[in-house]
Amino acid sequence: MSAETGTNFDEMLNADGSVRPAYAEFRQWFDSQDKGWLRRQDAEAERFFRRIGITFNVYGDDAAEERLIPFDMIPRIITAREWRKLTRGIEQRVRALNAFLQDLYHRQEIIRSGRLPIEALRNNEAFLSQMIGFTPPGGVYTHIVGIDLVRTGPDDFMVLEDNARTPSGVSYMLENRETMMAMFPELFTKIPVRPVSDYPRRLARSLQACAPPAFKGEGGSRPVVAVLTPGIFNSAYFEHAFLADQMGAELVEGNDLRVVDGRVCMRTTTGYKAIDVIYRRVDDDYLDPLSFNPNSQLGIAGIFDVYRSGGITIANAPGTGIADDKAIYSYMPEIVQFYTGEKPILQNVPTWRCSEADSLGYVLDNLADLVVKEVHGSGGYGMLIGPTSSKKEIADFEVKLRAKPSNYIAQPTLSLSTVPIFQKEGLAPRHVDLRPFVLVSPDGIDITPGGLTRVALKKGSLVVNSSQGGGTKDSWVLDE
Amino acid sequence: MLLTVKHTTRYVFDGKVTHGLQRLRLKPKSTHGQEVVDWRMELTGARQEAAYDDQHFNHVDLVSIVPGVPEVVVTCEGTVRTIDNNGITGPHTGLMPLWCFLRPTPLTRPGAKVRQMLASIEADRSDVLGFLHVLSGRIAEQVEYVSGTTDAHTTAEQALAAGKGVCQDHAHIFIAAGRLMDVPMRYVGGYLRMDGGDEQEAGHGWAEAHIPGLGWVGFDVSNAICPDERYIRVATGCDYGEAAPVTGIAIGAGETRLDVHLSVGENKVGAQQQQSASGGQQQVQGG
Repeated sequence: MSAETGTNFDEMLNADGSVRPAYAEFRQWFDSQDKGWLRRQDAEAERFFRRIGITFNVYGDDAAEERLIPFDMIPRIITAREWRKLTRGIEQRVRALNAFLQDLYHRQEIIRSGRLPIEALRNNEAFLSQMIGFTPPGGVYTHIVGIDLVRTGPDDFMVLEDNARTPSGVSYMLENRETMMAMFPELFTKIPVRPVSDYPRRLARSLQACAPPAFKGEGGSRPVVAVLTPGIFNSAYFEHAFLADQMGAELVEGNDLRVVDGRVCMRTTTGYKAIDVIYRRVDDDYLDPLSFNPNSQLGIAGIFDVYRSGGITIANAPGTGIADDKAIYSYMPEIVQFYTGEKPILQNVPTWRCSEADSLGYVLDNLADLVVKEVHGSGGYGMLIGPTSSKKEIADFEVKLRAKPSNYIAQPTLSLSTVPIFQKEGLAPRHVDLRPFVLVSPDGIDITPGGLTRVALKKGSLVVNSSQGGGTKDSWVLDE
Repeated sequence: MLLTVKHTTRYVFDGKVTHGLQRLRLKPKSTHGQEVVDWRMELTGARQEAAYDDQHFNHVDLVSIVPGVPEVVVTCEGTVRTIDNNGITGPHTGLMPLWCFLRPTPLTRPGAKVRQMLASIEADRSDVLGFLHVLSGRIAEQVEYVSGTTDAHTTAEQALAAGKGVCQDHAHIFIAAGRLMDVPMRYVGGYLRMDGGDEQEAGHGWAEAHIPGLGWVGFDVSNAICPDERYIRVATGCDYGEAAPVTGIAIGAGETRLDVHLSVGENKVGAQQQQSASGGQQQVQGG
C-alpha cells in the first residue's frame, strides 16, 4: 500500500489531475507564487518554530529527545459540508464515550446486556475501581478528547483511535495556524478559513462550566482553573505552559499544591487559594500517592478524597483511559449504538481481536497484509505493518503474537488519503490523518474546526506518528 | 450482643510535621448482622478535611495533621448491636461488580507457594463452602500466628513462604487462593471481642467469600471460625490496602511511635432490653 499505486484518495487532486473544489483557491494562489520565495518562507517557518520553542514530542513519548516536529506549509483543507458530517459523527461518538464511562463506573448495563464481555475490563489496568459509584461534576468524564480520523475516500472518514485521557498536540494546531498567518497573511483574506485561535478561551470556558459542588461563585467570581504539569522535564511541558498562559490559568506542579480546608489549594503570596478545576497532564497512577502509586512525586496527596467529596473537578476524570483502550476500541460501534440508539455516523477501522481464536487464526494467516498493534501501546511503537515488513520481521512478530495473543489487535492496511507536501521538486502526495479536539461540558460538546493534521513525510509511509518521522500541517475548515 | 467499642490511635512524632494527611476508615455502618447504635470520632492534633463513601461503601474521612503538633490522637467510641448469622453477611449490594473481587491485587497476587498449597488440598471442590473451610484450616496450619514478623506491605505469597504472620496475612492468603478458584473474595477490617476481657491487642482482619445462594460469608482463618456476634465489620476492600483503618503521610514527622488502645466490651443490660423488644425478629433470624 503506497502513494505511488494511485489507488489512494488524493484530497487535492481528482484522478484526471484537476484540482478539487476544496483546494481550488489555494492552488490558484500557490501556482502564482514564486517558488524560490516559497522555499525561503519554508525555511523561515522552521526558524519561527525553533524560536518559540516547540520541540516536544506530540504523542507523549517521554523517552524521545527534544526535537522539532517538521511543519509542512501546504494546508490540509476540509470543506464546510465535510466538516458538518464529521462534527455530527464526532459529537455522537463523544456522547457515547461519556455515557459508556458513566455506565462502566455505575451499573455496567453494557456488561449485563452482553454487548461487552467482562474480559475487556477484568484484566484492564485502566479500569479504576476507585471511581465506582462516583459521578464527576456535571457528569463529564472526558473534558478534552482527541478523535484520530483517517480518510479513505470522498465521504469515507474512519476513526482510528479515541484519545480520552490526555490528548496532546493542540498547541501545534494553534502554532501551525499562527505560523501560516504570519507567513502568508493574504491567503486568509482570500479564503474563508474558520479560526482556531479561540481554542484556549473555549477550553477555559468549558472547564469552568464543570465546577465542583464546592464552588459557590461568591461575588460573581469565576471558577479557578489550573494546569497540573509533571514539570519541565516532561516532553509536553511546552504545551502545558502554553495552554495555561493562553487560558490565563495557573501552571502548577504537585509540590505547589496541598489539601487545605477540604480543598486543593495553591500557595500564593497572599496565602492559600482553592482550585476549582484542575486540568491535569499527569497520569492517573501519579495523581495521588495516597490513592494510587505511593511513590509518586508528581501528584497531590488527598486530591482524590477532595474529588470524591466534591471539592475539585479533575479533567479528564481518573479512569477515563479505559475508554481509549485499543481492546475497547474494537467494540465502539456497539458502544455508540448502545448508548445513543443510533447507527454510528463515523465508522471504526475493522479490527480483529487476537484474543479471540477465530480472529487470531485469520490474523496469523494474513500477517503480510495487516497492521498489528499492541492493545495498550501508543506512538506507533511495537506494531507490525505487514506490507512493508520483511519475511523475517513478520516471522519474529508472529512469535510475539502467538506468545500473548490478547495483547494484540489487527487491522487491514488502509488506503489512506494523501495531501501534498512542499518539496524542492514541487508538490508530492503524502498520507495524512486528523485529530480534531473536542471539549465536553454540561453546556454541550464543542469541536474546534480543524484539529491537528499529521503527515507521513516519507514517501509511501503510512505511519504519521511524530516519533516515526511524521510532521504536521495547518488544518483548514472552510466557512459556508 | 451489644458491643461497646473504644478505640484510641495515637501517633507521637519525633520531629515537626510540616504537612500530613491521614485517610481514616474507622466508622462502621449498619449492615446485615450489625446495627450501629451510636458512634463518634474525636480528633486531637488533626482536623477534618473531607468525608465520603468509597467504592466499597466504606465511610472515609480525610484529616490533616495540624503542623507542628507533637501527636495526633484519633478516638472512636460507640455501640454496635450484633447478631450471630453463622458468618453470613448476605447478598452482594452496591455498585462494585463481583468480578472486581476476582482481580488479584498487589497484596494478594498468588505465586508458586499459594498455587502449590491450593493444589495440595484434597477435598471436594464442587462444595465451595466446605472446601473453603478446609482451605482456612490448611492456612492456619501452615502459617503460624506470630505478630511482628510481617507488616502492612507483606504479600500473601511472602507470608505463606515465611510460614508466619498475623490475621491480615491469613486473610490475604485465603483471598489469593479463593480467587484462584474463581470465588469472589474480599478483605474485612474490624473488631473482635476476644474471650477473656474487654481489652484487645489490636483491631482484627478476616476475609469474606461470595458463595452463590448465600452471598458473602466470613472466614476468620486465624481463629478457625466464621465470624459471629463478637465481630464488628468496619471496612471492606479487595485487600487490606483498600480497607486499612489509617493510611497517611506525614512530612517532617521523623520517628513516629504508634500506640493503639482498644477495648471491646459487652453491654449486657442494653442487650437484654433489645432482646425483649425485638423477640419476633430474633425468631426469624433463628429460623
